Amino acid sequence: MSDRIPGFSTLAIHAGAQPDPSTGARVTPIYQTTSFVFDDVDHAASLFGLQAFGNIYTRITNPTTAVLEERVAALEGGTAALAVASGHSAQLLAFHTMMTPGDNIVAANKLYGGSINQLNHSFKSFGWEVKWADANDPESFAALIDDRTRAIFIESLANPGGVVVDLEAISKVAKAHNVPLVVDNTLATPYLCRPIEHGADIVLHSLTKFMGGHGNSMGGVIVDGGSYDWSSTDRYPMLSKPRPEYSGMVLHETFGNFAFAIACRVLGLRDLGPAISPMNSFMILTGIETLPLRMQRHSDNALKVAQHLAGHDKVAWVSYAGLPSDANHERQQKYMPKGAGAVFTFGVKGGYEAGVALVSNCQILSHLANIGDTRSLIIHPASTTHRQLTDEQKTAAGAGPDVVRLSIGLEDAEDIIADLDQALASV
Amino acid sequence: MSEKAVSEPQHDTYPDSYIRAILDDVKTIAMVGASPNTVRPSYFVLKYMLSKGYEVFPINPGHAGKEILGQTVYASLADVPSPIDMVDIFRNSDAALAVTQEALQLSPLPKVIWMQLSVTNEEAAKLAEAAGVRVVMNRCPKIEYGRLSGEIGWTGVNSRTLSAKRPALKGGFQHRGLRKD
Repeated sequence: MSDRIPGFSTLAIHAGAQPDPSTGARVTPIYQTTSFVFDDVDHAASLFGLQAFGNIYTRITNPTTAVLEERVAALEGGTAALAVASGHSAQLLAFHTMMTPGDNIVAANKLYGGSINQLNHSFKSFGWEVKWADANDPESFAALIDDRTRAIFIESLANPGGVVVDLEAISKVAKAHNVPLVVDNTLATPYLCRPIEHGADIVLHSLTKFMGGHGNSMGGVIVDGGSYDWSSTDRYPMLSKPRPEYSGMVLHETFGNFAFAIACRVLGLRDLGPAISPMNSFMILTGIETLPLRMQRHSDNALKVAQHLAGHDKVAWVSYAGLPSDANHERQQKYMPKGAGAVFTFGVKGGYEAGVALVSNCQILSHLANIGDTRSLIIHPASTTHRQLTDEQKTAAGAGPDVVRLSIGLEDAEDIIADLDQALASV
Repeated sequence: MSEKAVSEPQHDTYPDSYIRAILDDVKTIAMVGASPNTVRPSYFVLKYMLSKGYEVFPINPGHAGKEILGQTVYASLADVPSPIDMVDIFRNSDAALAVTQEALQLSPLPKVIWMQLSVTNEEAAKLAEAAGVRVVMNRCPKIEYGRLSGEIGWTGVNSRTLSAKRPALKGGFQHRGLRKD
């Protein structure tokens, strides 16, 4: 290989994947095995002591999953990655590596409803607190940071409201307080936006969505940006202090700028266990090979549908950052100029009942709780994904009673528009 | 291949071809600051480079005459009884100058002065390069070997390399080498 730096589409196909050395298989094989034979006792000892690279047990590493990890790390411009069972478990392991009881996360109030639940309720039982900042106001993050704050957590393109956060302004706040910036990049994908280039220290994904892209496999990933100095403070003992799990090893000193990914793997995944199946890693890898093509079509289709709905008489408003009239359009042009993604919301006239009727009337759009499928998807968040939230939280999260969320697929845009038109006609 | 390498690299980035040529070229490594403590990075690197077939001489005056991983520890570079291709410096940046000066007294001269991750010393680099010795700073030979062989990807690390060729295998199931290309 020459010293030329490959482009995004080349990385999406090749990063991490050499031909299989024992068979010549060009596509990464599905290494559907729990365990790996050691060469000898010394090799086993080296692996258990983290002294050699290699595989022991699929809960910790797997050769199919490793290709997925390196692929995503390359696409995001990170130093390393760890793939896990779901986006939620990626969040669990990332925060587990940074938090002790009594610590807190300052999070944007515009997040996926499932993440709001995880932070508000499940994490509370670990003694991890969350403080909610205004996603549109970087200074509101600064005002909430205290000496127990261990991370700032935002979505680059927020689900479902279509808010494009000001990554660079929030990164400035994070750096001023020496707190790592964690960015969920699920909706944008690295094709549309690469948060590390704008100051993110850690990037998370639900691979279940656009990265896999076909609605067939669950997965999540933690990407280490390699930018945060874990030894600059004593607040991250998993990285900066000798670890009893590994005979006193200091992970940041030993693994340098990919120590966070290693810590999530050997202290988080090893002990908490949400490993991704090699089969799912394979499916997601196959999806990623077409990520650039798909994300462009998703975005182009979504813009056509949003433009149509913006002129529809049964539609009160459309929130899509790709529309020039949208409040987020300027930030979209800065952070994700190739497109605003597939997911957006609109308000149907008639409120809660009209929203429920609309999703029931669709024939091509599927009524289900996912995004990032080849198929177009529709959901009424207030009655489904966000129903556990209070009315105030629903509105704050962009999921009020009249809100309908779309995840525009790869069908012909004209067919998606025709289906929405007929469904709206009888609302 | 080594002759094609860039002769005066920028020390913030190194082309893969430059690093690969060094790892290909070098057979013996003197590791200054090698530790017998099994959880220290220097111990990791020593063990890994031995497993890849390099001859490694640990240098540590506090342990002179003892062994680390079966290798005799020497008090100084001058005590090593055979020619040293590469001096790997596991000391802080300030100490790297004196180590480099010591290395440049050796006969034959080493081919490479390598300073570990977080170790940089521009003055030492200039001295070595003026003597025709190649320099790498702020890098780890284990990470670089793992990167260029593809092994490091097994741990999800971005190797920043692409290849459609068969990886070079060494003995055992999980043991790669550097491909000749």
